[in-house]
Amino acid sequence: MSFINYSAKEINCKIVYYGPGLCGKTTNLQWIFNQISPANKGKMISLATETDRTLFFDFLPLSLGEIRGFKTRFHLYTVPGQVFYDASRRLILRGVDGVVFVADSQIERMEANIESMQNLKDNLRDQGYDFDKIPCVVQYNKRDLMNAASVEELRRWLNTKNPLLADFEAVATTGKGVFDTLKCIARLVLRDLKKGHQG
Amino acid sequence: MSGHSLPFILYEEQHKHIATVIDQLAKDAMSTAIFLIDRNGQLIANSGRTDAIDMTSLASLAAGNMATTGGMAKLLGENEFPTNCLEGQKENLHISRVGSRGILGVIYDVDRSSLGLVRLRVRKATAVLEQIFEAIERQSHAQMQSRVGGSTPLSDISDEDIENLFMD
Repeated sequence: MSFINYSAKEINCKIVYYGPGLCGKTTNLQWIFNQISPANKGKMISLATETDRTLFFDFLPLSLGEIRGFKTRFHLYTVPGQVFYDASRRLILRGVDGVVFVADSQIERMEANIESMQNLKDNLRDQGYDFDKIPCVVQYNKRDLMNAASVEELRRWLNTKNPLLADFEAVATTGKGVFDTLKCIARLVLRDLKKGHQG
Repeated sequence: MSGHSLPFILYEEQHKHIATVIDQLAKDAMSTAIFLIDRNGQLIANSGRTDAIDMTSLASLAAGNMATTGGMAKLLGENEFPTNCLEGQKENLHISRVGSRGILGVIYDVDRSSLGLVRLRVRKATAVLEQIFEAIERQSHAQMQSRVGGSTPLSDISDEDIENLFMD
């Protein structure tokens, strides 16, 4: 749910990075945090376990510039990917304006990707959203690994909508594809908001 | 739009009204600082000594905290735990729900104020804030129903405006 504040002249939106455990959701946010100038970002918060696995969420507030005098602010969240944190994932999806599904390209993780995508659809439905309507992009991460499945294969299992969701190849550890993904989802969210206000 | 809930649109006049209520609450509760956020962690207004506090992060964490305790309440057969009291050595934090959309946080010094006083003042302020929130919701709803062009910053932006945001 976007928040438009006339007093502060701000449009605030929430984007959630979703995907199976260890697919690189946190790495996406860390890369963005390290690249964005201090003026355009807040602190990055990571609620993680002792072994650096996401326990509840990561959070990164970003400012992307102005539209007609209104600052556009995006709050980026990740969910904990591990299967047993499902209750937390549902909570984090509340009020979401757009979703980035981060897939792990490794062939061995295909089943985990499929399960997580299904989990995303179920949890969106539980929160009153329609997966077919909410802005969503898919990122195939870890493209640099030898055991990466082909993009065609990943698409066949994870990007089954017609027309296809926008999708990107990425290596989040080096930043490849990270900003392309972010720009795409931010653009889709703003267009969706605009559409909603025009009727 | 995506079939999800309405955007929360806050106008200048409503913001002023909210600011007046929480400024008064800050005085009445003898608090260090007050913040009002929406349930998704977006900061709506704050009052008191907030300069040294990262309010954006605090808002996000407070919303996460309320969401988590709400989840626990449901597991225990409760509808919700509408109030959370976090006690520190010097500062305490009282977090409570404002209707279905808002969360109010009161930070107070244990030597200057007390939980009883904070609770009393929060209850009074919450009743007023709930009315403001209801008015905001009605207005947002009416606006989305009528879809009056030019009346929100999003209604007349062009695709070009959006693309310009992403020019390298």
